[in-house]
Amino acid sequence: MFKILERNELAAHIYQMVVEAPRVAANCLPGQFLIVRVDEEGERIPLTICDYDREKGTVEIVVQSIGAETNEIAKMQAGDSFADIVGPLGNPSDMVHENLEELKKKKIVFIAGGVGTAPVYPQAKWLKENGITADVIIGAKNKDLVILEERFKEVSNLYITTDDGSYGRSGMVTKCLQDLVDEGHHYDLCIAIGPMIMMKFVCKLTQELNIPTIVSMNTIMVDGTGMCGACRLTVGGEVKFACVDGPEFDGHKVDFDQAMVRMKQYKTEEGRLKLAQEEGKTHKGGCGICSD
Amino acid sequence: MAIEVDVLKRVPVREQEAKVRATNFEEVCLGYNEEEAMAEATRCLNCKNPQCQKGCPVAIDIPAFIQEVKNGDVAKAYQIISESSALPAVCGRVCPQESQCEGKCIRGFKGEPVSIGKLERFVADTAREMGIKPEGAKEKKNHKVAIIGSGPSGLTCAGDLAKLGYDVHIFEALHEAGGVLVYGIPEFRLPKEKVVKKEIENVKSLGVKIETDVVIGRSVTIDSLMKDEGFDAVFIGSGAGLPRFMHIPGEQSLGVFSANEFLTRSNLMKAFREDSTTPIMRPKKCVVVGGGNVAMDAARTALRLGAEVHVVYRRSEEELPARKEEVEHAKQEGIIFDLLTNPVEILSDEEGWVKGCKCIRMELGEPDASGRRSPVPVEGSEFDIECDAVIMSLGTSPNPLISSTTKGLEINKRKCIVADEAGATSKTGVFAGGDAVTGAATVILAMGAGKTAAKAIDEYLKTLD
Ligand SMILES: Cc1cc2nc3c(=O)[nH]c(=O)nc-3n(C[C@H](O)[C@H](O)[C@H](O)COP(=O)(O)OP(=O)(O)OC[C@H]3O[C@@H](n4cnc5c(N)ncnc54)[C@H](O)[C@@H]3O)c2cc1C
Ligand SMILES: Cc1cc2nc3c(=O)[nH]c(=O)nc-3n(C[C@H](O)[C@H](O)[C@H](O)COP(=O)(O)OP(=O)(O)OC[C@H]3O[C@@H](n4cnc5c(N)ncnc54)[C@H](O)[C@@H]3O)c2cc1C
Ligand code: SF4
Ligand code: SF4
Ligand code: FES
Repeated sequence: MFKILERNELAAHIYQMVVEAPRVAANCLPGQFLIVRVDEEGERIPLTICDYDREKGTVEIVVQSIGAETNEIAKMQAGDSFADIVGPLGNPSDMVHENLEELKKKKIVFIAGGVGTAPVYPQAKWLKENGITADVIIGAKNKDLVILEERFKEVSNLYITTDDGSYGRSGMVTKCLQDLVDEGHHYDLCIAIGPMIMMKFVCKLTQELNIPTIVSMNTIMVDGTGMCGACRLTVGGEVKFACVDGPEFDGHKVDFDQAMVRMKQYKTEEGRLKLAQEEGKTHKGGCGICSD
Repeated sequence: MAIEVDVLKRVPVREQEAKVRATNFEEVCLGYNEEEAMAEATRCLNCKNPQCQKGCPVAIDIPAFIQEVKNGDVAKAYQIISESSALPAVCGRVCPQESQCEGKCIRGFKGEPVSIGKLERFVADTAREMGIKPEGAKEKKNHKVAIIGSGPSGLTCAGDLAKLGYDVHIFEALHEAGGVLVYGIPEFRLPKEKVVKKEIENVKSLGVKIETDVVIGRSVTIDSLMKDEGFDAVFIGSGAGLPRFMHIPGEQSLGVFSANEFLTRSNLMKAFREDSTTPIMRPKKCVVVGGGNVAMDAARTALRLGAEVHVVYRRSEEELPARKEEVEHAKQEGIIFDLLTNPVEILSDEEGWVKGCKCIRMELGEPDASGRRSPVPVEGSEFDIECDAVIMSLGTSPNPLISSTTKGLEINKRKCIVADEAGATSKTGVFAGGDAVTGAATVILAMGAGKTAAKAIDEYLKTLD
């Protein structure tokens, strides 16, 4: 059993948890994910590892409740245990294998959207620990949905932008990136993590701006070990499995339109309706998850 | 009343009626009862030179156990089988007997061979009901062995080493032990609670520890198991789980699955049950591409979920690699076989959902390297099959996770781990067997490899003392 030691609500429907998972904590690196199961009947749910403590044998996850199983996770409290946690899965971010001296020469910008903010954290933190301070753009719908602000301030140059302008800069992350470039910032590498639609438009922009871009693909998954093929996507004309070949890929080569269509496979009518009701008019769609 | 036996014919086995079973996930074959088993056992000639045994990859002493069935001593029959096989309730159900033990049976020259598989299953099931367990080790040995993967090869290797007194740990990537036996082969062929779990409990009762949720190569490496966790030897039984696709247009459409995904959702995640939280597509009309056991299982699962099912296979009936019994069962249940046919494109609607499968007719040409006549497309013979789902069942290959993270472990060009006849790999202290070495094969061959490797590991560990 994998015990929850700490649980906090970061924003509406977004929860952070620190969980005992010694084998995962011992070997994980930024960019990797794990799979949890709430109980014996539970689904296998992939979540990014947002931080880890090798000594204590714990990992941190941030989960947004959007459907049947993530709602179950959201109900769990400190002291409860997951039936299963397996990981780390997927490949670590390229940066951890890169030559540090080369890396130090690069100016890096992260673009984090929504709950995708959490997976950016371990990468920004890893860079900071290795003497590199990256720029981070966090995009959220409004002020209340901005998460992890304080922790990001410790490890990066932080820019926050909200769709409705209720906090930080105003507008989408793409506008923020364009503005920063117009203000004279130069970037050699962009890493974008968030809803697929956001990553798609970031990639479109960075292609114009000629900034190599890495994205993290949150496809549908079952096993996470390369066995089922549910997570397949097309990258540079080739079929790849997000769980073992990714989850990070060259964003300029990913077929986002196809990947977004594939997210619809198990979306039920009820699920879509529920999301629309819960989010009301603020749900603008386009995140790629609900196929609106 | 005693059953009358016609020596040329098998005692028929009771099965769920085809129409009924096509709508449920209960086991198709109900097996022999004691009376039927004893009657069938009388058909065995107790040959001096039993050909059947030569056809069994683990060389079970078949005439000897059948004699005990005839005498009504199931405990003894179980003991005889146990000397060679750790999973008799499984093998009795899923071995391709027609090309193994039963294919060689003398009775088969004139009439039907003895139902060896069904008798083996009867013995194993009865022994389980009687609570008979395999015997554990008398004394402990001071060495730890790590087994990677809990499929038939891993379970067998673990069981044999535990019987020799070693401290054995199995590491399994999924949340449940059993390998293909739990995630691949469906409930209606191999019941999970009643059979697979019980056989795994038997292995555990020998002292084997099973740690699930550990992906070797990610959670921990083989090198670290040996260096930091004190394992003196390792057996890799990680199977061949990586699915192949055809790489034809439309294959990424909604409603196209690998057989592994479809079967894993249904078997491991229990999506066939109404109360399951795991979603599965319930197609109306489904095309299954391929002709092996995996294709039959996917087809019959889709049928039970309510679909009209077409199996599309590029060779002819004779070449279907699936067990004969499964093909017959599939036909009885109403599955349609479109033979000498191959998909060339998957058609989808404007939202991306599958709406059909464009196929081409094939004819058999010259024999290829495998000795089978290779299929060649008939030009201009394309036609469409209307459907809302396509399940690709084109075979699998070993997953590179382990080979790519273990220094000095040699693999061949098919990504299979290279091992000698005893199971030793290019890395000292590391052994391998089953599908990971051979590529996708059978349960009994994987078990055989696990057994052979257990012997080699025992010999290797003795050299360390
Ligand atoms: C590598 C990876 C990392 C992820 N990291 C995070 C994270 O850190 N925090 C977080 O909140 N979410 C993360 N997700 C998304 C998360 O796994 C999904 O939100 C979750 O699976 C939805 O399950 P559900 O049962 O609640 O939703 P439902 O809508 O009820 O799910 C129905 C089915 O669709 C699948 N599904 C639906 N949405 C997604 C999705 N976005 N991604 C994958 N499968 C989906 C589910 O597995 C399920 O089979 C990640 C996904 C991947 C692949
Ligand atoms: C649908 C289907 C139907 C079949 N029907 C039949 C049949 O009727 N008769 C027959 O004889 N054969 C049949 N087969 C083939 C047979 O099941 C296999 O040949 C056999 O299971 C191989 O056993 P194995 O122990 O080598 O591997 P597997 O059974 O594949 O087990 C390997 C295990 O290792 C685990 N693993 C993999 N990688 C790692 C890792 N890195 N770390 C930890 N664990 C890992 C896997 O999760 C899995 O549990 C069928 C196969 C399938 C898929
Ligand atoms: S293990 Fe398989 S091949 Fe051997 S006797 Fe039993 S059914 Fe036949
Ligand atoms: S070959 Fe057939 S008849 Fe002879 S011992 Fe074997 S099962 Fe009996
Ligand atoms: S999740 Fe099954 S292959 Fe990637």
